[in-house]
Amino acid sequence: MAVTTMIGARIQRREDPKLITGHGNFIDDVNLVNMAHMSVVRSPHAHARIRSIDISAALASKGVVAVLTAADFKAVIGGPLPVTNAFVPDKRQVPEQFPIAADEVAYAGEPVAVVVAEDRYLADDAAQLVMVDYEPLPAVMDIEKAMEPGSPLVKSDRSDNIGWDAAFPGGDIDAAFAEADVVLKQRIGQQRVFPTAMETRGCVADYIPYDNRCTLWTSTQVPHFIRLFVGGALGVPESQFRVVSHDVGGGFGAKLRPYPEEYLATAASKLTERPVKWIEDRTESLQATTQGRGQIFDVEVAAKRDGTLLGLKFTQLLDIGAYHGVFSAFQVVACLLGGGCYTWKAINARSIGVFTNRMSTDPYRGAGRPEATHLVERIVDLVALELGMDPAEVRRKNFITSFPHTNNFGLVYDSGEYAKSLDRAMANIDYPALRKRQEELRAKGRYTGIGFSTYVEICGLGPSSATAPAAGIALVESSMVRVHPAGSVTVSVGTHAHGQGHETTFAQIVADTLGVPYDSVEIRHGDTGDTPFGYGTYGSRSLAVGGMAIMASCHKVVEKAKKLAAHAFEASEEDIVVDQGRYSVRGNPGEAKALAELAFASYGAGLPEGMEHGLEAVSYFDPPNFVWPFGCHICAVEVDPETGAVSIDRYVAVDDCGNVINPMVVDGQLHGGIAQGISQALFEEVQYDDETGQMLTGTMLDYLIPTMAEMPHFELDRTVTPSPTNELGVKGIGEAGTIASSIAVINAITDALTPFGIKHVEMPARPDRLWSMIKEARA
Amino acid sequence: MITAPFEYARPGSVDETQSLLNKYGSDAKVIAGGQSLIPLMRLRLSQPTALIDIQGIPGLNEVRRDNGSVEIGALVRHVDIQRNAMLRESLPILVEMSNDVGDNQVRNLGTIGGVIAHGDAAGDYNAAALMLDAEIITNKRRHQARDFYRDIFTTALEHDEVVTAVRFPVSTGRFAYTKFRRRLYDWAIAGVAVQETGSSWRVGYVNLATTPRRGSAVEAALAGGASAADAAAQSGSDIDPTSDVRATAEYKRHLTQVLTVRTLQKATMAA
Repeated sequence: MAVTTMIGARIQRREDPKLITGHGNFIDDVNLVNMAHMSVVRSPHAHARIRSIDISAALASKGVVAVLTAADFKAVIGGPLPVTNAFVPDKRQVPEQFPIAADEVAYAGEPVAVVVAEDRYLADDAAQLVMVDYEPLPAVMDIEKAMEPGSPLVKSDRSDNIGWDAAFPGGDIDAAFAEADVVLKQRIGQQRVFPTAMETRGCVADYIPYDNRCTLWTSTQVPHFIRLFVGGALGVPESQFRVVSHDVGGGFGAKLRPYPEEYLATAASKLTERPVKWIEDRTESLQATTQGRGQIFDVEVAAKRDGTLLGLKFTQLLDIGAYHGVFSAFQVVACLLGGGCYTWKAINARSIGVFTNRMSTDPYRGAGRPEATHLVERIVDLVALELGMDPAEVRRKNFITSFPHTNNFGLVYDSGEYAKSLDRAMANIDYPALRKRQEELRAKGRYTGIGFSTYVEICGLGPSSATAPAAGIALVESSMVRVHPAGSVTVSVGTHAHGQGHETTFAQIVADTLGVPYDSVEIRHGDTGDTPFGYGTYGSRSLAVGGMAIMASCHKVVEKAKKLAAHAFEASEEDIVVDQGRYSVRGNPGEAKALAELAFASYGAGLPEGMEHGLEAVSYFDPPNFVWPFGCHICAVEVDPETGAVSIDRYVAVDDCGNVINPMVVDGQLHGGIAQGISQALFEEVQYDDETGQMLTGTMLDYLIPTMAEMPHFELDRTVTPSPTNELGVKGIGEAGTIASSIAVINAITDALTPFGIKHVEMPARPDRLWSMIKEARA
Repeated sequence: MITAPFEYARPGSVDETQSLLNKYGSDAKVIAGGQSLIPLMRLRLSQPTALIDIQGIPGLNEVRRDNGSVEIGALVRHVDIQRNAMLRESLPILVEMSNDVGDNQVRNLGTIGGVIAHGDAAGDYNAAALMLDAEIITNKRRHQARDFYRDIFTTALEHDEVVTAVRFPVSTGRFAYTKFRRRLYDWAIAGVAVQETGSSWRVGYVNLATTPRRGSAVEAALAGGASAADAAAQSGSDIDPTSDVRATAEYKRHLTQVLTVRTLQKATMAA
């Protein structure tokens, strides 16, 4: 029996020395001989008809190689951007989006022309000279007005502004509401936010005409997915299309789709017969990278006087933007998880996707689960307030307690111990003392509040049985484990980290499973040229799905190594014992062979009869179920009633992601995730002018990404409830922090303002808005 | 995020700067630390035909005290102000402000001359110059701060005029500065500076109108013996804020009152 040494070890990330000394290899570090540079001319209008485009001045500008418009690209790009719309069962309208606008633009920032020049400076100068004659059309910005019959259309190819309208019935809702002592209604918003990766998007395309061969370096979470679609549209077979993504400086969901610029740069390379680089600048990024959230929930809850939750009805209005994001419809998962970690007699949800003249929304860290957590945790607090109960008690009373649990929509929660994490968090923050202090301070005119968030989330996307309705997709993951003759190990995977530390954590798993030194294991990802097909990294799936694919290959290697050992020792395979990578015959541990010795033998002469040479394996893993991390976050705030300023005094988190491979990596994921949720609660908000559709937060001066100075100290703790879904017993932790944190902050602020009769606070809780609410409440 | 093309010159003297400004005309810009100009140029909101970089001119980075005044050269950087022991004695409110300007990178490069010439209502030093009756010295004349700030990003500077120094009266009375921000490195949503001068109080407002503002009505009320709260209630006539992505105008008016009281309290309690 092997003694685990690396799994669970708090070791430093092997990625970091390179990254923190400036030796990372990001997209702008890729420079090719004879490379030209692309600048994208974008629509300044939210909605307009293009009357004409005059490229003559731009063409004559210094250093210009080509100026290209839709007509040029139509000759080489074979189709529209993909949309995975099949998550939505009902009414669908899926208009096509070609990577560049031809005669009508539908959001400010939509590409209308491309300049290729000798350097980016010259390309930008020439881009300024492309003269586009626009006829402005009405911009549709308000989700609810867009739904009205007779609303102006977002684009003339639509029948109306509805992208989908899907019902999710989960039990007899009328019966549940009939039992109610109290029924409460609340509208809850989810403002649009920028994913704001530190490294913006970018790509370098190198098309070789004579071989019809192409390499595309791009900053992405999903290299194989990019190859499938961009290669397909350009008519380059996958065998000749290589997508390479080295270090990626953050994605947060906004780099998990093929984007127009990847098609345009590749096509521009084909048309100019030059390698073409495009680096998204920050202004472009704010306009033309997919955004998160952008939703309104109208919620109604039914409960008994004793705090028992009965029924939940809600409608999700989702601002799709002008075109569907590739995975925008995935965000309806908020409907399926709107019940949170509680038992309900019935839940009835509806999701309406609405087009507006904005950039598309698409998954952003948590993608539907932060929205679900926010709405249910807000509603539970409203119930507690209405009934005069402690918010912790209402939660405890309604927790799901037995597992596996099938929720109202048939999803099966694998394991959980919700009361345990609540208890732990309450103990860590010393809840009774905090309540006592709140009372004392209120008497002095100071307003503190305590906010709970007990969350459960779905991750590990995903079992093919669940994802198959989406165009037959099976979100499996892959690995190839190759033991070289001298014993070092190369592991190639289909996932692709963009900050998660996979090179460290995956190597920890392999070191233990094969019984080889950690330093002898190399993890390769991000290059379709030397990794097996995989769906990439998002949805907290890389460990629970990708990690299991690695385990599967390691097991195959061990099986073969046992055969090699049996042959070497002239023993029967059943008598071979494996202990931390040492293979021996039962009862004779002194005479053992290391895996490296067996690997060397596997490439040499004298193999067992019928055995192939080499020691390697390829595996694909299709998980039997999703995995369900959970936890409890408690936030303590103080609100200055004179200025509306919020300060976070304490932030306690108890998370449960099953077994932990590397506690330091888990803590790091939580730090970043919690920060992003706090940021949505207090700071971030994409603002557009409602009339013109112009973005008002078009620079990082006006869009508030908080700094370390605005963050509280995170007091982290864990419970460990292994997942029964996979051999490692792991869940996922990439998104949990974001899923839990926004509502912990908002519930705390609301709690602080209860003496004013304030029951609900929207995000972001800007000082001026809180002050207005307090002023109105006082009046 | 790439500037439009421009020519670049690096004069060795103020006279040379003036002749270069005359040569390139009104589309040329003087650059020192570049912490305001470069971001505008990167967004192509400003497209000067030429940049005249005055950072190589000797003698503009000195701080001197004489006859009850301190003269601060145009090229003195925020970080120099932060670290200057004499200023800490003679003009502590400016040191206090310098600690809260931008982040380390901005403070290491940005200059006081740049803040003054840019005339930004959000530039903290502009409110100090106004409230303390500073003198702005250029290659051509001396401006009184009260006549200097004309409109949004518009000062009394002519196109061939370059700020060489700012002269403040030594101000050693009680003082405080409050910069209300949502994020540490931001401009003020509202900034309030107070300085005791002899037996009276000076009040300055940052980013609460198109230009820096002096709290004249508040000062008068204080001089008349009003309480901090009653005086602060007069601030409405001293400012003219607008709504923006950060906050509404109504809120800024209210906030100014609150901060005026708190800043006066901070100044008097600190003493």
